[in-house]
Amino acid sequence: MGKLKLKEHLINRDWCKGCGICVHFCPKQVLELDDKEKVIAVRKEDCIRCKLCELRCPDLAIEIITQKEDEDE
Amino acid sequence: MANKKYNVKNYLRERFFPHIWCPGCGHGIVLGSLLRAVEELELDPTNTVMTSGIGCSARISGYVNFHSLHTIHGRALAFATGVKLAKPKLNLIVPMGDGDALAIGGNHFIHAARRNIDITAIVMNNKIYGMTGGQFSPLTGYGQKATTAPYSTIDNEFDVVKLSKAAGASFVARSTTFHATESIDFIKRAISHKGFSVVEIFSQCPTHYGRKNKKGDAANMMENYKNSTVPIGSKKLEKDPSLIERGVFVDNDQAPEYCDEYEKIIQVASKGRA
Ligand SMILES: Cc1ncc(C[n+]2csc(CCOP(=O)(O)OP(=O)(O)O)c2C)c(N)n1
Ligand code: SF4
Ligand code: SF4
Ligand code: SF4
Repeated sequence: MGKLKLKEHLINRDWCKGCGICVHFCPKQVLELDDKEKVIAVRKEDCIRCKLCELRCPDLAIEIITQKEDEDE
Repeated sequence: MANKKYNVKNYLRERFFPHIWCPGCGHGIVLGSLLRAVEELELDPTNTVMTSGIGCSARISGYVNFHSLHTIHGRALAFATGVKLAKPKLNLIVPMGDGDALAIGGNHFIHAARRNIDITAIVMNNKIYGMTGGQFSPLTGYGQKATTAPYSTIDNEFDVVKLSKAAGASFVARSTTFHATESIDFIKRAISHKGFSVVEIFSQCPTHYGRKNKKGDAANMMENYKNSTVPIGSKKLEKDPSLIERGVFVDNDQAPEYCDEYEKIIQVASKGRA
């Protein structure tokens, strides 16, 4: 069992309403809203996979996808 | 995750997304917490029924892939009672707005609690009638602004926890949309509990309550939930008694459940002995 690492921030741009809740509460300032008021992960490398963004998104629009550290893309 | 029987998306009617709720509406967070609770309990959607009344909150029943009944304002618990008595093995989940649960539906609420029927009620408390444009509700509280109280309210609010407890609910908990992990846990325990369960979840309405009362945006309203609530019995209450307690207030598995009691009557009656 390898350790888990971040694979991607899976963002559903059709569902995201740009409320900014995930941006506000991300402990590592990973997320920002772009010029279309949709969320993007601008500092992916800082993400600690706490999933607080996923749990508090009112639109079920962001998911933290993880994979085992020794697994390939 | 691939070996899990269910995942959150299995319980969702994705064809109706994006949902109708405003940006930042807490009701979507409650939906997420509910789905995660149901997933962790591995509830079979074909044995799970959601009934709801009318309100922004009540629209939740359209988004879940269970059996669902979107009924009339305030009456969701009456429909749920009918379903449960006819088929006691089904899981009944009833999400309600504060108006739906405790204004027009207040009577159904206290009597469902009094009977201790095995239903899980989730009160999505945004302190306002969201759907109809921001009128005050029995949970708004004294001194707040609403479209029907432009100079502020003079009505006191119910305390959902105390009311539920006094009326006879055998599981009572309170959390907020800020505390999503806690909400998932309480919803799981409420669904697993046999008897009438109430989970009150503070849920922000940035569009009406927030705007009228200058509470800032959705994230600010959630910050406020973080700062104005504490776990039951916290030391902070000594210094600041205005803090609101979160946690499980009642968890009584000894109280007789209504469908069980009714079944006993059926057994006696079918033997013809009065
Ligand atoms: C019998 C009846 N009376 C009044 C209404 C109008 N009405 C629709 S939703 C609502 C209140 C909604 O407030 P709440 O239950 O708190 O839910 P929210 O929209 O805030 O989630 C009212 C009064 C109605 N639909 N039916
Ligand atoms: S919380 Fe959800 S809807 Fe809001 S900005 Fe983030 S991803 Fe978008
Ligand atoms: S998982 Fe945590 S650290 Fe990563 S983006 Fe989401 S909130 Fe930020
Ligand atoms: S009006 Fe309020 S309760 Fe209704 S969807 Fe908008 S934010 Fe949510």
